[in-house]
Amino acid sequence: MKLMRTWAMARKEFIHIFRDPRSLGMGIAMPMILLILFGYALTLDVDKVPMVIWDQNRSQVSRELVSRFLGSRYFSLQGLVNNYREVEEAIDSRRALASLIIPPDFSGRLASGHKAPLQLIIDGSDSNTATIAMGYAEGITMRFNQDIALKEIQRQGGRAVETPIDFQPRVWFNADLESRNYIIPGLIAVIMMVIAALLTSLTVAREWEQGTMEQLISTPVKAPELILGKLFPYFCIGMFDVLLAVLMGEFLFHVPLRGNVALIFGMAAIFLIGTLSLGLFISIVAKSQLLASQIAMVATFLPSFLLSGLAYPIRSMPVVLQGVSYFIPARYFITLLKGIYLKGVGPRILAGEAIFLVIFSLLMFILANKKFKKKLV
Amino acid sequence: MWERIKQILIKEFIQILRDPRSRAIVFVMPIVQVLLFGYAVTTDVKNVSMGVYDQDNSVYSRQVMDRFTKSGYFQIDEFVSREDQIREFMDHGRVQVLLRINKGFGRDLTAGRKAPLQLILDGTDSNTAAIVLGYSSKIVAQYSQEILADRASRLPGGGPLFGQVNLETRAWFNENLESRNFYVPGVIAMLVMLVTLLLTSMAVVREKEIGTMEQIMVTPITPKEFILGKTVPFALISFIDVILITLVGVYWFEVPIRGNLLLLFLATGLYVMTTLGVGLLISTISKTQQQAMMSAFFFVFPAMLLSGFIFPIANMPEVIQWLTYLNPLRYFLVIIRGIFLKGVGMAILWPHMAVLAVMGLFVLWTASKRFRKTMS
Repeated sequence: MKLMRTWAMARKEFIHIFRDPRSLGMGIAMPMILLILFGYALTLDVDKVPMVIWDQNRSQVSRELVSRFLGSRYFSLQGLVNNYREVEEAIDSRRALASLIIPPDFSGRLASGHKAPLQLIIDGSDSNTATIAMGYAEGITMRFNQDIALKEIQRQGGRAVETPIDFQPRVWFNADLESRNYIIPGLIAVIMMVIAALLTSLTVAREWEQGTMEQLISTPVKAPELILGKLFPYFCIGMFDVLLAVLMGEFLFHVPLRGNVALIFGMAAIFLIGTLSLGLFISIVAKSQLLASQIAMVATFLPSFLLSGLAYPIRSMPVVLQGVSYFIPARYFITLLKGIYLKGVGPRILAGEAIFLVIFSLLMFILANKKFKKKLV
Repeated sequence: MWERIKQILIKEFIQILRDPRSRAIVFVMPIVQVLLFGYAVTTDVKNVSMGVYDQDNSVYSRQVMDRFTKSGYFQIDEFVSREDQIREFMDHGRVQVLLRINKGFGRDLTAGRKAPLQLILDGTDSNTAAIVLGYSSKIVAQYSQEILADRASRLPGGGPLFGQVNLETRAWFNENLESRNFYVPGVIAMLVMLVTLLLTSMAVVREKEIGTMEQIMVTPITPKEFILGKTVPFALISFIDVILITLVGVYWFEVPIRGNLLLLFLATGLYVMTTLGVGLLISTISKTQQQAMMSAFFFVFPAMLLSGFIFPIANMPEVIQWLTYLNPLRYFLVIIRGIFLKGVGMAILWPHMAVLAVMGLFVLWTASKRFRKTMS
């Protein structure tokens, strides 16, 4: 392997990239747009669920319950309704996602020591929002019940009673439960996957399609030199994207970075080599740009977004998919990023993940080299 | 003219289906995506791994643990025996929550004093943490309530009766709150966009890049015929994908389909006009497939994220919510989810259909006008 020939390959690739400023610009702008969208616009957090209320009881107790619902930041009143048809209409037209129905004998049943039903109708089509909203509603009723019980015991027993258990939940690492704080670091991994998929998956296929591969084959350049040379320019772009992402996280989104910055860049470099090699591997195997672009989509972007634990908890998936997720390198990288960013932990704790990344990158690089044959078929 | 269109269609189909791997990917792509979205995309939180630091070792502390495991959400994976292990387990991520029961917990409860109970949550994944927090508050509140009831019953005179509110929740349209019912129909919208927009633009640009465009231009084929020949195959493939996804969704994932299938195809047709149009537009401004691919994703990513496919539009800032009205995906998603889950028909969906139709005609018209200009 000669450094000179590798550099010549890299220079050729650099020229290709700079000759097409639009693709380069998009390669840099796309991560920024993704970060901005996720930082500002996209959230799975649920609050102010629009709600209509049908209070058939109109008593002091029912008003008290209603005010508990509206006093929480989780529900917002869209209107009071007077019959079932209006409830249906509000939910069908998506004006309200939830509807609280208080039956006529609500306060009567409570006063006589019975169970008083309270109905909550919820639009289940978005199951995530519905589940969370249901949890909120249950919490509110639970506290309401507890207060009733306390008051009653107090009245009978004649002395003050307290709730038996003083529940003190503490959230570590992300005390305000800001989703931004974990989405932004995690997104760095997805972005690098996208860059690899979009940029490198076409490079070798393009040479085949345009017929320039024959010319390359006739030169003395060897496979590893060609692959390293092709990787290098995209590696630079990828690292630049990481730098941008880290800077945006710091200055725009104020994501706490508690660990070592150098560790982030070091790990990112290892991960990048792996994903770029994967992109090249796809390109070498596909030999057609159209095909390569599709394989890259299926093999890189989707799994790293869906199976990495970034947006969806891996432990809730079926066992088979949990197994598959061990083969998704983004999973390890995201664990690393979250650990460094939010927990501030170092190499001692993250060694396992780091080793996996190194293995993945080596494997992909070797595979790309193996698969690339300087032969005309 | 029809003969020429037929010939160019044949050529396109040969080109797409010649390579066995291309043939495979036409079918593999939708299946993989449906399976991923059907299985992986679930925001339900289950099997939360829990550590316990029980310094009390009493009947009460064991009861608390029991409540957590019996709830079905938690699974005790680790027992902590030293203070410093808490930090270590949390740092390693070996447990997501750690329940800490201080010495004297049971004594406080029997004496009628307030007994503190601490739960440490790993907040790195805030969405999961919020849900877990909800679950655990509920479990503790329930336990607390039972102790209260028990105490009340031991008051002189058998204790007071107190009424309780019984919350009965009913979820409409998706009774069991299955995530897949929400996401699987959405995959149709995403995949159709990918196939028509990305593949069309790349297929057209490929002719330019390889130089076969010149050959086509010397034939008597008119631009209109060329456009038809390039778009119809991908439109057909996307319809095949729609059928495939619907079949897998309905028969494998048991996603309900309550509305009219013909309406679904009609809506897909309207939607495809827009995506094909955008694909053609991209092909007119791109010289290489790389450019076409980048431009396509530049459109597809924001379109997917700002459509309500995964992230609710209602949660977005107002300015961005306005922006989503320009997104064809937004309308199509309302239509397919309406057809699949709610079983609603034209009466409710017509405004969305109308917008898609207008958008489709406009984009397609602009695209073919531009296309004819660049070709000549």
